[in-house]
Amino acid sequence: MIRARMLPLGVTIAIFLVAWLLCWLQFPNILSTRVIGNLLTDNAYLGIVAVGMTLVILSGGIDLSVGSVIAFSGVFIAVTLRDTALHPLLVFALLLAITTGFGAAMGLLIDRLAMPAFIVTLAGMFLARGAAYMLSIDSVPIQHPFYKSLQSAYWLMPGKGRLTLIGVLMLLAVLAGMVIAHKTRFGASIYALGGGEATARLMGVRQGRTIMLVYAFSGLMAGLSGIVFSVYTGSGYSLSTVGTELTAIAAVVIGGTLLSGGAGHVFGTLVGVLTMGLIQTYIVFDGSLSSWWTKIVIGILLLVFILLQKALMRLSQSRLAQAGDPP
Amino acid sequence: MSLIGRLAPQLIALVALVALVTAVFPGFLDISLSDGRLVGPVIDVLKRGAPVALLAVGMTLVIATRGIDLSVGATMAICGAVAAHAIASGWGLAAALALALGAGGLAGLWNGVLVAVVGIQPFVATLILMTMGRGIAQLITEGRILTFTDPGFAFFGSGNLLGLPVPAWLWLATGATVALLMRRSALGLLVEAIGVNRRASALAGVNATVLLIAVYVAAGVCAALAGIVVTADIRGADANNAGLWLELDAILAVVIGGNSLLGGRFSIAASLIGALIIQTIDTGILLAGYPSEYNLVIKAGLVLVILVLQSPRISARYRLWRDSRRLGREVRAAGGGRP
Repeated sequence: MIRARMLPLGVTIAIFLVAWLLCWLQFPNILSTRVIGNLLTDNAYLGIVAVGMTLVILSGGIDLSVGSVIAFSGVFIAVTLRDTALHPLLVFALLLAITTGFGAAMGLLIDRLAMPAFIVTLAGMFLARGAAYMLSIDSVPIQHPFYKSLQSAYWLMPGKGRLTLIGVLMLLAVLAGMVIAHKTRFGASIYALGGGEATARLMGVRQGRTIMLVYAFSGLMAGLSGIVFSVYTGSGYSLSTVGTELTAIAAVVIGGTLLSGGAGHVFGTLVGVLTMGLIQTYIVFDGSLSSWWTKIVIGILLLVFILLQKALMRLSQSRLAQAGDPP
Repeated sequence: MSLIGRLAPQLIALVALVALVTAVFPGFLDISLSDGRLVGPVIDVLKRGAPVALLAVGMTLVIATRGIDLSVGATMAICGAVAAHAIASGWGLAAALALALGAGGLAGLWNGVLVAVVGIQPFVATLILMTMGRGIAQLITEGRILTFTDPGFAFFGSGNLLGLPVPAWLWLATGATVALLMRRSALGLLVEAIGVNRRASALAGVNATVLLIAVYVAAGVCAALAGIVVTADIRGADANNAGLWLELDAILAVVIGGNSLLGGRFSIAASLIGALIIQTIDTGILLAGYPSEYNLVIKAGLVLVILVLQSPRISARYRLWRDSRRLGREVRAAGGGRP
């Protein structure tokens, strides 16, 4: 059983390593610290938001609002810094409070109304995007000197690769997600809820509180991701990160997490994000392939993993059925 | 009579909305005849609402089986690209239409097999095509916006027939055909049976697998029609933006139509009115001079209201509250009778 549970994660890591090996055989430069540093920096916002999405999916839910929340965060920061004299750190704190509260409100609605998370977070997606539009429909540049120092904060790795602040922030977010999911009582409640609501309740999981907290966490991560994205692009634009929620869901699934909830690893999500980043890097290295191949390859990977999960579920179910008596 | 009763909430909402828009923008109901065709904001709503209305027809059937189809927007882009490619290559109008409808049917078949045969949750199964679809469409258009100047094909987007725009005729005809097919035969009942309980309906002799696949194929063909309308309207296939976010509008139209996301009973007419309500909001906001940014916030509010109305927990509480009040009244009446 334990081996079957670890198998998707193993497959994820194996696919990533094989893909990297294939890329390396063709372009030896892909192993340089420069490429690795860029891979972390370019996918930092996606990695952070995918950590929140992993926890939501583990609990058996889905959060479609994160792409809009990232766009809202960028516009909120840019407009607030333009119109007021607040320090960016204070604006960050304010923003994280807003997005966490927003996530908590969605979680509360999902639990109280007993409606599918899919449709509640769809309303959240409209609301956050609409709020971003209302703040500004133009791209607002961020010119605060503090942002310049954030953007130029990096550690020069051997081989001249740059490990940027936002890249490190993503790794820290993954670490925090791993601790929460695998080492705390709250994490155990999430897994229990994803495994089955009725059993979770019988085990003594406080359902309403857990659902609210997991969406609040996703909101927090989306806010953090919005901050990282605004540092990465140096601006806030209400039309940015359209469809990021789907990319994040794809990263979580490619990372080996079961979409119906209850099984998966936060670390796998990091590998999933890096796999998707690797595909993009390969296309850039190749030069002759067009960008739309990214979407098609990611779609195929998604299909492979979903079929793999389906096969594993069938296997474990038939094993359960066979093992009528305890061995 | 029962049909009117079923449609009453949607009709009242639509009438109230039209009254509201007319109050802010008095010219909303003006219709005039020019060059043998009707023009006016209302006609514009009928025309611009066509893509969402077409998608809503297929989506209603999918949602009635307790499913969801997230890929319809991407399917629109694929079918538009296929049609534009066929026209630009000079294969003729009939081939272009046939190929586009075939591509839509194929996309639906793919979704249907994943859902009904492989047994993947609909939300996840259609997500795959949603992610891949625009990539495939770009593959066909080679990343460009494929333009063409074929008056025969453009007729489906901007032509007129008996005074009304062709897109309006298209969604009216599609809606009527599917609704008649569902209600004049047992098909509608069987679809509802799958939505209520797939296992039970299969045990009762419904061929649930074939019917589920057929429903997704129907959604794909509806998406193909919507893709044809959009492509013919702008006389070009835009793989990136054709049908972008329309899957969400289509789901919203179905839900506004009072169809439960949890499957079961459905009404295609109600979904079509739902699509008209969405389009009236879109057009009304533009006409009333508000910035279109408010659009999304209004839609979010609308979804919230519907969620509260549909929530099984809220309706259970309401029933409990109503019954306890009635019980209290009866007890009081019984108690008051005693000396």
